[in-house]
Amino acid sequence: MTTTAFKEPVRQAPSGAAGRESRRTGRLRRVTLPYLLLLPALLLELLVHLVPMVIGIVMSFKELTQFYIRDWGTAPWSGLGNYKVSVDFDAPVGNALLHSFLVTVGFTLLSVALCWLIGTAAAIFMQDTFRGRGLLRALFLVPYALPVYAAVITWVFMFQHDNGLVNHVLHDQLHLTDKPAFWLLGDNSFYALLTVSVWKGWPFAFLIVMAGLQNIPKELYEAAALDGTGMWQQIRRITLPSLRPVNQVLVLVLFLWTFNDFNTPYVLFGKSAPEAADLISVHIYQASFVTWNFGTGSAMSVLLLLFLLVVTGLYLLFTSRGRRAADV
Amino acid sequence: MRSIRAAATGAVTLSLVLAATACGGGSSSGGGSDDSPKTLTYWASNQGASVAVDKQVLQPELDKFQKTTGIKVKLEVVPWPDLLNRILTATTSGQGPDVLNIGNTWSASLQATGALLPWDTKNFAKIGGKDRFAGTALGSTGAAGKDPAAVPLYSMAYALYYNKKIFADAGVSKPPATWDELAADSRKIQAKGKSPLGAEGSNLSENIHHVFVFAKQHGADFFTADGKPDFTDPKVVDAVKSYVDLMAKDKVIPAGDAEYAQNQSVSDFAKGKQAMLLWQSAAANLTSQGMSEDAYGIAPVPVISGTPGTGTQVNSAVMGINLAVFKNTHNLDGATRFVKFMTSDDEQKILNKAYSSIPPVTSAQADPAFAGPATAVLKNTLATSAAALPQVASESQFETTVGTAVKNLFADAAAGRAVTSDSVKAELQKAQQQMPAA
Amino acid sequence: MSSVRSPMAPPRSFLWSRRIFLTLLTGFVLIPVYVMVSSSLKPLADVTGKFRWLPSGLTVRPYIDIWSTVPLAKYFMNSVIVAGAATILSVVIAVFAAYAVSRYEFRGKRVFTVTVLSTQMFPGILFLLPLFLLYVNIGNATGIALFGSRGGLILTYLTFSLPFSIWMLIGYFDSVPRDLDEAALVDGCGPLGALLRIVVPAAIPGIVAVAVYAFMTAWGEVLFASVMTDDTTRTLAVGLQGYSTLYNVYWNQIMAASLVVSVPVVAGFLLLQRYLVTGLTAGAVK
Repeated sequence: MTTTAFKEPVRQAPSGAAGRESRRTGRLRRVTLPYLLLLPALLLELLVHLVPMVIGIVMSFKELTQFYIRDWGTAPWSGLGNYKVSVDFDAPVGNALLHSFLVTVGFTLLSVALCWLIGTAAAIFMQDTFRGRGLLRALFLVPYALPVYAAVITWVFMFQHDNGLVNHVLHDQLHLTDKPAFWLLGDNSFYALLTVSVWKGWPFAFLIVMAGLQNIPKELYEAAALDGTGMWQQIRRITLPSLRPVNQVLVLVLFLWTFNDFNTPYVLFGKSAPEAADLISVHIYQASFVTWNFGTGSAMSVLLLLFLLVVTGLYLLFTSRGRRAADV
Repeated sequence: MRSIRAAATGAVTLSLVLAATACGGGSSSGGGSDDSPKTLTYWASNQGASVAVDKQVLQPELDKFQKTTGIKVKLEVVPWPDLLNRILTATTSGQGPDVLNIGNTWSASLQATGALLPWDTKNFAKIGGKDRFAGTALGSTGAAGKDPAAVPLYSMAYALYYNKKIFADAGVSKPPATWDELAADSRKIQAKGKSPLGAEGSNLSENIHHVFVFAKQHGADFFTADGKPDFTDPKVVDAVKSYVDLMAKDKVIPAGDAEYAQNQSVSDFAKGKQAMLLWQSAAANLTSQGMSEDAYGIAPVPVISGTPGTGTQVNSAVMGINLAVFKNTHNLDGATRFVKFMTSDDEQKILNKAYSSIPPVTSAQADPAFAGPATAVLKNTLATSAAALPQVASESQFETTVGTAVKNLFADAAAGRAVTSDSVKAELQKAQQQMPAA
Repeated sequence: MSSVRSPMAPPRSFLWSRRIFLTLLTGFVLIPVYVMVSSSLKPLADVTGKFRWLPSGLTVRPYIDIWSTVPLAKYFMNSVIVAGAATILSVVIAVFAAYAVSRYEFRGKRVFTVTVLSTQMFPGILFLLPLFLLYVNIGNATGIALFGSRGGLILTYLTFSLPFSIWMLIGYFDSVPRDLDEAALVDGCGPLGALLRIVVPAAIPGIVAVAVYAFMTAWGEVLFASVMTDDTTRTLAVGLQGYSTLYNVYWNQIMAASLVVSVPVVAGFLLLQRYLVTGLTAGAVK
């Protein structure tokens, strides 16, 4: 990390004094150029992500309630108080946070698994050309392309108890339920949320896997076909293993997006989500904005960030090690 | 690793410097000033059928104000779901409007942040004195013993709206005055295949307004005299249970209403699907949905004894909108003059007529527009049998936590799960534990 | 685009699985889209009553009313400006940054990539309020109005898509043979000349993919827009909430407006999807 080597080719050195001069500026430019190129990105990340994050961490150590929000410099320091409240799982605040965390973990795992499964299956089924493939592919990308609000509000419309399509089909037409179910209240809300999340998220997996399939050398399939390996076996022995590096990134990205997703639950349930679908992002939003306690809210966010850092670190560690082992 | 640490140190230092130099935007101009005397920003709450309708109502009045004072008022109508958040962020940053509407129940909570200009005697004198306003309306402008954080702008009260035709078809001759009568009438209405009463089970504020009145009728209070939450008092539990029982036990409210949060119950009533509605100042709303004024009647909300009054005969919360001045205003004088304008007799008549509310300014109430039978019920309720929601700093948290508890109980009832004193108490306990300690 | 898997015909079991799976999936994908389209053409009574597959009557009224219930045109313009500017800036900045990382060795390279990528996992809620305070204070100190302005929102959104964009473009640039830009350097182009004349044209699919992603991120964001905009700068994602008013939920108008809002993004997305797959193939999934 301390080396400053250049991949750039050494240019023909011009002769004479002017040449020496320009060589020096050239060298200087080579040293500073990458930094100049990075500067805008760096500054913006600093402004919008890193500095606010540090301010957020500072806030998490303050007692930032409605009495102090007007001038939060004067809010008293609360030490680890906000953290203690957040992780005291026997008390209601900590308990609710833990519950919300577990719901989020369960929801995220299911959603990512389903998105991946559907996306991969669809991509593999559509690997060969057939009539209507282009149209179908365009169609499948629509949920992903729709703005979140437009997509989720449509689902809200469909999930209504009295007038929604879902109950109309399940209850009125198919008679599967004794009485119309509630999808936006109570325990069913978890499945409603999962459905919307998968509907919105699987095309991304589809897109990425589709791209990944392009990179599998045709020769592998041809060789397998010559050996008489059947279609299903080819998928199992060639396609899926070749997708492993793609999956490593895909699953991580899906996980982080789903875990941090605020828009979907917020549009689906509004400010107070049912307990069964109380995702952590909305939970923290409520803890900060609805009860006006930004200190505790920040502490919860910091804990969430730490968790994601650890999970991501461990994930990358294990998957890369696994990959390296598989490569040997 | 060395450079990671260096970068982290850099970022931390930088942001600490920024935070130290810049934090607490609100404090920089604490008392308000008169830096920009020619303009005002006004956040109005959404009172009409849509944001666009509100603009049509308010803009001509603002033009009048500009003509007489030369001050241009920049109007923004803020939808309800955003209003409290916008006020909160404005408070935190010190960057907000000069004058704003607040729900009167938030008065004490917002007062505690110190963001609103206190209406002491001197300030009240500038708008014609405190005596111009009705006492009940003033009771919902901030904590007792403190200078009000806002002045009343529109007053509203709950009433029982009933569909005359459905009542006649079911053979109900007069609107119910007690809850027992309401239950009995509901049976007759159900026999005709209509649903009796509507509610907004997922709307936290609606839930609060109703359980607050139920608590009053049960002689209970959500807060102790010194402002501490006391949600698990057996009488409070009873009160909340009897409200939820309208759905759970009496089946007066249809299960589907448990997920209503966007005033679908008003639409149901307007469409003639349902016989009764407990609502605040619904006339303009019903008209906008195409229900003619002859089609429905208005009666006081039922009470246990049949005669509304004070104490356990309370049948409405004091509802309404207050007008507040943001302490950080850059046009303190203009803001005060605007409040004076908005609370003048003429404007009070025009605006309250447009929103079918009652003017909190007593001299404006005399206008014949507020003498109709519908308005009489509301006016009477406000004057004799309405009580202000708790004026405590944690009121807005109370609305959220207890409102959510009631929402959860409705969800249980809708799903066919039993709502018992224990389950009600458990929900309320959870709500209480989430209240701020102070 | 067409990678033929095997020269032999797929077995029957495969064909049938494919048929069933794709049919079900099409239904799942299409039903909400159908609901959105059909409801947007229904009279209000149809959408506030029991659901029905077919409208009792078709009306284009919702498409007329949406413009007056809510100042949709204004929100539309705001969204176009905000999302458009955020996309252009994000792409330009990401191209520069990715070029630096892809072509140079320098001190702090790893710190940079790790830091930028890790911001992807920040919960938005953690820095919503701090960012808001920061903007207000920068405004107070310098007079640059970031809070409440489109500029502030543009800055915010462009950083949302930046990490993913940089990471994708690094991958894509790595796949552009280095010999090409070396040749350009020998020909007398500066490093920037090599970037603009050689690397960027060769990386168009990757850049398009990144642009589409950046645009969609900015077009649909709700949380920050709800706090950081006011009446004049409100974007569509937040503005659409205006159709559920105090009085009534105009479902048909919500659906019509949602459709109007979606069409530009979906159309653009579908037109560019070829690039998208190619771009992702080289940039993200190698």
